[in-house]
Amino acid sequence: LSAAGTELGEKRRPAARLKAWWSNPWGKPRFLILFTWAYILWSLVPVAIAVQFGFNAGRSRSTWQGFSLRWYFQDPNLSVLHDPSLRAALVQSLQLAALTMLVATPLGVALAIGLARWSGWGSRSANFLMLFPLITPEIVMGVALFLVFVHLFGFVQLGTMAQVLGHVTFTVSYVVIVMRGRLFSVGREYEEAAMDLGASRWQAIRTVLLPMLYPAIWASLMVAFAISIDDFVISAFLMGDQSSATIPVKLYSAARLAPSPAINALASILLFASMFAIAFAILVMGRSRKKEGKGGSAVEDFARLDL
Amino acid sequence: VSAPDERRAVGERRWLWPSLAAPGVIWLVLLFLVPLYAVLAVAMGAPDPIFGDALPAWNPLAWDPSEFGTIFGEIFTGQLDIVFLRTLVYVAVATFLSLLIGYPVAYYVARHAGRYRVLLLMLIIAPFWINYLMRMLAWVNLLSTDGYVNQVLMFVGILDAPREWLVGKHETVILGLVYGYVPFLILPLFAALDRIDQRVIEAARDLGASSAQAFWRVTLPLSSQGILAGCVIVMLPMFGDYYTATLLSGSPKTNMVGKLIEQSINTGGGSGRGAALTVVLMSFVAILMTYYLYSVARASREART
Repeated sequence: LSAAGTELGEKRRPAARLKAWWSNPWGKPRFLILFTWAYILWSLVPVAIAVQFGFNAGRSRSTWQGFSLRWYFQDPNLSVLHDPSLRAALVQSLQLAALTMLVATPLGVALAIGLARWSGWGSRSANFLMLFPLITPEIVMGVALFLVFVHLFGFVQLGTMAQVLGHVTFTVSYVVIVMRGRLFSVGREYEEAAMDLGASRWQAIRTVLLPMLYPAIWASLMVAFAISIDDFVISAFLMGDQSSATIPVKLYSAARLAPSPAINALASILLFASMFAIAFAILVMGRSRKKEGKGGSAVEDFARLDL
Repeated sequence: VSAPDERRAVGERRWLWPSLAAPGVIWLVLLFLVPLYAVLAVAMGAPDPIFGDALPAWNPLAWDPSEFGTIFGEIFTGQLDIVFLRTLVYVAVATFLSLLIGYPVAYYVARHAGRYRVLLLMLIIAPFWINYLMRMLAWVNLLSTDGYVNQVLMFVGILDAPREWLVGKHETVILGLVYGYVPFLILPLFAALDRIDQRVIEAARDLGASSAQAFWRVTLPLSSQGILAGCVIVMLPMFGDYYTATLLSGSPKTNMVGKLIEQSINTGGGSGRGAALTVVLMSFVAILMTYYLYSVARASREART
């Protein structure tokens, strides 16, 4: 009898434990736990499924037919590697993101240092100006840049050149935001100490301030890369013809008619590229945090950036 | 230090910071402010007599507001009012739903997540760095006629036959907008809820408030700035959104204002109309933008004191 009783108890235990867990008034709010995890599943599972179908062996984007790398490079005509229009989009996206990152980061770092140390009405209005591109709906910027290149700056051809100029314009502000937090936490003391020891102001910036900013500069490079490679609206408005179509532009035109999972494969490559960039940025910031013996996590810094 | 040296140092000090900022500022003036003015100039330009496309009127004295007259006429006589109204309704509903989903998530992560906090934050940040169009593509796959959503709904017995989710359905577009923009709402909410001092809530409980009362009368009011900032942050891009509806519905029945702009700009002779619509959209969202800039300025003032 007692053996049967224990067995019954064993069987009942998970359900009973679940009930006790749910109705425990002293623990954390149970509803919120479930809700939060449900939200996270909802926000990520659809994307995971889309990535999975990029590896589908068959042509369907809704029925799983086994794993293959066919749509990445094996298929001789339709894979991302061999379809000329998909490959061109990949190359264009990477090229744009690299150029944008290389132009926007120095521009943004200098702007951030200037704005953090310079005070006065000029600084305040420059700060305002810097915030505007962040909150202007992208379509407004797309139309504006398109019209200015067509009607005023005629020497800028629509296509890669115009796209880089456009991307840099909205990426600079993000670089400033990433740099700003670091600049405030470093403070002026170090430069002033260097100058007391005989450095000129310029030397103090170059040999003292900049090295302290390196982690944030790396993070800026990566953020600029990720922001640029993810952009759709500006790239679409400023592309001259199909030869300057980027991956997001291709996704826009092909998502509904796409004949094959190659489009999922292309989207997944984009995903891997920006995830890699952001993971790298978080890692670099996390390492510098640790080196300085600060607690907390770089992920939290990132969440607070309000990008 | 000799006098000229000192003078040089002071001069250096005064000009170094502005000159570091100068390239960025000049860039933003030339490629942000000037283009915005170009939109106005094209919208106010008289149409080219031969090609029909607008010629920009750079001089304010030569402005010709006839394009705006046409648009406002269409808004009030009925050709355009439905698109503007639909945009408003979509944005309002999607923002409200986003808040309903985003607030509990932000609240849990900020105040109760404990040792899962960093993991949860990472998972919440992830959608930011997944391309928006890819996230829509994911739903195009799921909602297609033979997609997983129809399969599951038919298996459970809610549907008898597959439903055409992707043709002109308001609920699909709103789902897309919510799915697309919720993450942008969660982070400002998280920041606001995280800032609330735990002791304030404990004080409320000590003074006899139930946990629900403490929430409604202390936590919620203290997070109201985060709620407003978050709503503004998602509403601004939503007002300019045209791709969500195109991808998830592709029907004129669900077009938003952004779609009209895109179409006008891409058709020959339509750039005057496109520019005028952009100005209308911009003045529409200007209130939201002003509020946001004001709240940022206030926050940085508070941070400094």
